[in-house]
Amino acid sequence: MSELTLLLIRIGYLAVLWIFVLSAISVVRSDMFGARVPEPDKAGAKGRERKKKAKPPTQRRGSPTHLIVTAGSNVGERAELADAPLLIGRGTDAAIRLDDDYVSTRHARVAASEDQWFVEDLGSTNGTYIGTVRITQPTTITLGTQVRIGKTILELRK
Amino acid sequence: MSATTNDRSGSAAAFGFVHRQRRGAELFLLLLALAVGLGAYAAVGIGMQGEIPADMLGYGGWLVALVLGSHVVVRLVAPYADPVLLPLVAALNGLGLAVIHRLDLSYEAADRTAGFAAKQLTWMTLGVVLFCLTLVLLRDHRILARFTYTSALAAVVLLLLPMLPVLGREVNGARIWIAVGPFSFQPGEVAKVLLVIAFAGYLVLHKDALALAGRRVLFLDLPRGRDFGPILVMWGISMMILVGQRDLGSSLLFFGLFLAMLYLATERPGWLVVGGGMFLTGAVLAFLFVSHVKTRVDVWLDPFAYYGEGTNDTGFQPVEAQFGMAWGGLIGRGFGEGDPTRVPFAYSDFIMSSIGEELGLTAMIAVLLIYGLIVERALRIALISRDGFGKLLAAGLGSVFALQVFVVVGGVTGLIPLTGLTTPFLSYGGSSLVANWVIVALLLRVSDQARRPLPDLSDDENEDDDATQVVRLR
Repeated sequence: MSELTLLLIRIGYLAVLWIFVLSAISVVRSDMFGARVPEPDKAGAKGRERKKKAKPPTQRRGSPTHLIVTAGSNVGERAELADAPLLIGRGTDAAIRLDDDYVSTRHARVAASEDQWFVEDLGSTNGTYIGTVRITQPTTITLGTQVRIGKTILELRK
Repeated sequence: MSATTNDRSGSAAAFGFVHRQRRGAELFLLLLALAVGLGAYAAVGIGMQGEIPADMLGYGGWLVALVLGSHVVVRLVAPYADPVLLPLVAALNGLGLAVIHRLDLSYEAADRTAGFAAKQLTWMTLGVVLFCLTLVLLRDHRILARFTYTSALAAVVLLLLPMLPVLGREVNGARIWIAVGPFSFQPGEVAKVLLVIAFAGYLVLHKDALALAGRRVLFLDLPRGRDFGPILVMWGISMMILVGQRDLGSSLLFFGLFLAMLYLATERPGWLVVGGGMFLTGAVLAFLFVSHVKTRVDVWLDPFAYYGEGTNDTGFQPVEAQFGMAWGGLIGRGFGEGDPTRVPFAYSDFIMSSIGEELGLTAMIAVLLIYGLIVERALRIALISRDGFGKLLAAGLGSVFALQVFVVVGGVTGLIPLTGLTTPFLSYGGSSLVANWVIVALLLRVSDQARRPLPDLSDDENEDDDATQVVRLR
C-alpha cells in the first residue's frame, strides 16, 4: 500500500465519520423545526371534512362534547363524551388515567341520562367532590362544573 | 415541573406541532452508522495487513443483521421513538469494535492476550438482544415506577455481590467484579440503571414535598427528614459500598447522578451549591487521607514527575496517552500506523487515546459530538415527555451518560484526575456495553410515549369535535 492510498483512506474515513455526525445533526434539526409543517393541520382538516359529512344531525348546539382535566398532574388530558360512560381513576382501564395518589383505581364514572350528564362515585377512598360537597349519589353536572377527584379537577367542555 | 411542561405541550398542540415517526430517517442514519463501523474495520485491515480483512463479509453481515434487526424491532414496537439515538450508538459501537480489533492485531503480533474484539462482538449481540427484549416487554415505562424500592434494593444487592468471597473477584485493585464460570461481570453497571429508576420513582412522588416542605437554613430549604430520608439512605448505602470498593469513578458518577436528579426534580439550585460543597470537602479529605487518591491527583498535576526511569512510573499510562494523542495530531496516523498499544488498557479505559492517536483530533471531536448528541436527545426526551416519571428517568439516564463520558474522557485527556470508568459503547467491557444498550432501550421507550401525537387540546367552538379520536396517554 502506498503512502498516498493510506492517506486517502484516512481522510476518506474521517469524511465518512463527519458525514454521519452532520447527517445526525440535520435529522435533529429537521425534527425540531420540520415537525411544525401543516401536516397535522392537513390531517386535521381532512378529518374535519370527513366528520362534517358523518356528523349526526341530532347533535344539539351547546351540549358538552368532552371531559377535560383542568388542574392536577394530568392537566390537559381529555376524553370524548361520545365514548360514555367514562371511567376515571388510576387503573389502566380508565378513560382518563390520573397520576394522583389520592385517586382510587376505579374512582368515578361519568355517564349520560337523556340530555343530562351525571358523575357517580364508585366507592372511592377519598371521595368525589362538586364544589365542597362530597357526593354520595349520581349528581348532575353541567358545562364548567368543577368535579374534584383527589388533587385533580375535571370539567365538561363543549 | 409537570405543570409548566404540560402548559408547553398544550401550546405545542395549539401550534399544530406534531412529531413524525421518522423511521426512514433512522434507517438512513443507521446505514451511515454501519458505514462508519464497517469502514473502520476495513481501514484497520488495509492499514494493518495491507488488504481488506478476509472475514469482512461474515463480520459485516453480523453487524448489519444486528443493527437492522434492532431497527425492525423499533419500527414494530416503538414507531414514534427518537430517530437519532439508535444510529448514534450503533456508530459508536461499530467504531469501538474496529478499534478493539486493531489493538487485538497488535497484541497478537506481540504475543499478548488478545481476542477482545470477538468477545466484544458477543457482548454487543447480547446487548442488542436485551435492547430488543426491553422494548418488546416494556410497553409503558411507567410500569417501572412500581419498582422504586425493589430496584433500589436490587442495586444495593448487586453492588454488594463483589464483596462475597466466592463470587467476587478483584481486578486491578478494585473489587467490583463477579465471576460465574468463565463469565465475569461488573454489577455496578446494572446498578447504575436500577438506581436511576429508583431515584426517578421516588422523586416523582415526593418532589413537591422535597421542594416546598421543610425549614430554611441559610439559603437552602432543607426538606423534612421523612421525605428526604429514604432516598438519602438508598444513595448513602450505594456510595458507602463504592467507596469501600475503592471504585472512585463509579462513586463520582453516583454522586453526580444523585445531585442532578435532585436538582431536576426540585428545581432548587441550592442543591447544586450544597452538593458541590460536599463534593469539594469529600475530595479534599480523600486527597489528604487516601493514598490512592493522592497519587492520582499528583500524577494529574505533574505527570512527567512520575514517568520514566528513576520514578515509580505511576504516570506511565496518562503520559503515553498524551504522547499518542499529540503524535496523532489533527488527522491521526491512520489505522496501523500508530502505536496505541504502548498505553496499558488501550482497549478499555484509554480507548479515546487510541482513537486520538490513529484517527486524530478530527475523529475525537466527532466522537465527542456523538456523545453530546446522545445526551441532547436524552434531555430532549425529558423535555417533551408528558409524565413526571418519564422526565426524570430520561434526564437521569442522560446525566449518567454525560457524567460518565466527562469523567473518563476528561481523565484520559488530562482535564481532571484519572478515574477508571468505561467509555460508553466504545470501550471493551461486556457489562457496560449491555447496560448501555438497555439504557438506550429505556430512552427509546420514553421517547416513543412522549412523541406520540397529543390529543387535540384546542377548545374550538364547533361541536363536531365529538368524532375526534381519543389518543390514550399510557
